[in-house]
Amino acid sequence: MDPFGRFLADLIPLFNDMPAWLAITITGLIAGTLLLVFMAVFALFAVYLERKVSAHMQDRLGPMEVGGWHGWAQTIADAVKLLAKEDLIPKNVDRILFKAAPMLVFGATTAAFGALPFSADLIPADMNIGLLYILAVSSLVVIGILMAGWSSNNKWSLYGAMRAAAQIVSYEIPIALSLLVAVVIVGSLNMSDLVRFQDGTIFDWIFLKYYGLGFIAFIIYFVASLAEVNRTPFDLPEAESELVAGFHTEYSGMRFAMFFLAEYANMFLVAAIATSVFLGGWLPPFPVLDFIPGAVWFVGKSLFLVFIQMWLRWTLPRLRVDQLMYTCWKVLTPFSFAVLMIVATLIII
Amino acid sequence: MEATEILFLIIAAITVISAAIVAFSNKIIYAAFSLLLTLFGFAALYVYLSADFIAVSQVMIYVGGILILILFGVLMTQRIYDVSVKSERNPVLPTLLTAIGSAVVLGLIIFKTPWRQVADSGYAPITERIGQAIMGDFLLPFEIASILLLAALIGSVFIARAEEKK
Repeated sequence: MDPFGRFLADLIPLFNDMPAWLAITITGLIAGTLLLVFMAVFALFAVYLERKVSAHMQDRLGPMEVGGWHGWAQTIADAVKLLAKEDLIPKNVDRILFKAAPMLVFGATTAAFGALPFSADLIPADMNIGLLYILAVSSLVVIGILMAGWSSNNKWSLYGAMRAAAQIVSYEIPIALSLLVAVVIVGSLNMSDLVRFQDGTIFDWIFLKYYGLGFIAFIIYFVASLAEVNRTPFDLPEAESELVAGFHTEYSGMRFAMFFLAEYANMFLVAAIATSVFLGGWLPPFPVLDFIPGAVWFVGKSLFLVFIQMWLRWTLPRLRVDQLMYTCWKVLTPFSFAVLMIVATLIII
Repeated sequence: MEATEILFLIIAAITVISAAIVAFSNKIIYAAFSLLLTLFGFAALYVYLSADFIAVSQVMIYVGGILILILFGVLMTQRIYDVSVKSERNPVLPTLLTAIGSAVVLGLIIFKTPWRQVADSGYAPITERIGQAIMGDFLLPFEIASILLLAALIGSVFIARAEEKK
């Protein structure tokens, strides 16, 4: 049984008396519900954070009215508005694919969350191929985006979807290669093994290992992950001035909310992968700080990376398509190959 | 019936039905998208054989790579809806003979093969064993495959660059 199941069985002894399949189903349902609630709450929080971060970067105030203190209830009001909105489906869309696309995008993102190690006990599914699983499942998002773009029967949607697909598929290569650096160092694809290897102080975390090569791999991963989640400076698929809103131009109401939720959840997902692979996951920077629970460290580090994503979004301009491809194929991919080969040689020596 | 068996039947049904849509749909776009379910169903079946690494590789390579290529191809074609894929003349007798012939051959192979019943050894991790087998006993086929892929890569770069000269 995986750690989360054992954790629940320790908490509620009733689980030990149940047949295995029932216990597994119930733990799965509990884990799924927890993840869903976490994603929704995170998205609410992140939208508020994004507004405030952007406002402060541009020397304005952001939402200040709703709820009193610094407009904290603004995103809740927005969420209620989205729930209550009329669900418009344009006349000439392909109805089946139009309805399936948000589900696919959202489902793929949620599935990827299932293998994240929030703490030593809180890993919904502790697979021995966890990292590979997350990469594989999140590649389903591309199919959902293409589905949404094509079925909308709108040229902006289709162009946006094509751009998104080309960009995500290209940037998967530097992402996989930079993560492979850590996999080669640790010798395991298991997410909790990857974290446990970095036990000790901050200097045992992979991003400070191997004479700065770990840091290069971390930076390559972070830059490429920005492109993977369509954030500035790589937000060409949603370039407002050229493509209206990209692949979700025709979506409204709840279906749009699902895309939006998946987008923010993806931001957290890539930050969480970086946290657990390069930044020591749930481990504190110094063993003295052990009294703070692991999940707090994990979420805190991930939120810090999410903050950097927002910081970059409101500081950098958007790239051109050729610059986008140049960055991927001529900068990130060769450098990640070089880092991987040097680290592998160092390990053999 | 055990819960895992019910789950297996559901997965098998999804795989077979989506494969049927791939084969029989006259809307190419539906065929391409239901290929997603087929490939995913296969990955789930690999999990039942406790081949988790192969399952994930299946999703990563076929869904994340090849299916997207196919979709790009489909989205570029004109008249995605209602393409009549029937050829003009459909000779019934040769078609029937070929179909029955291959069904008989496949059936003979399926029923004559002495399938080994492997004892249920549980879900043991196989990634390490695959890695050692590739780097040990099967090093030569692995290297030959990588040379083939390298040749394909160079070829595609050459084709892509040739247009620049015009």
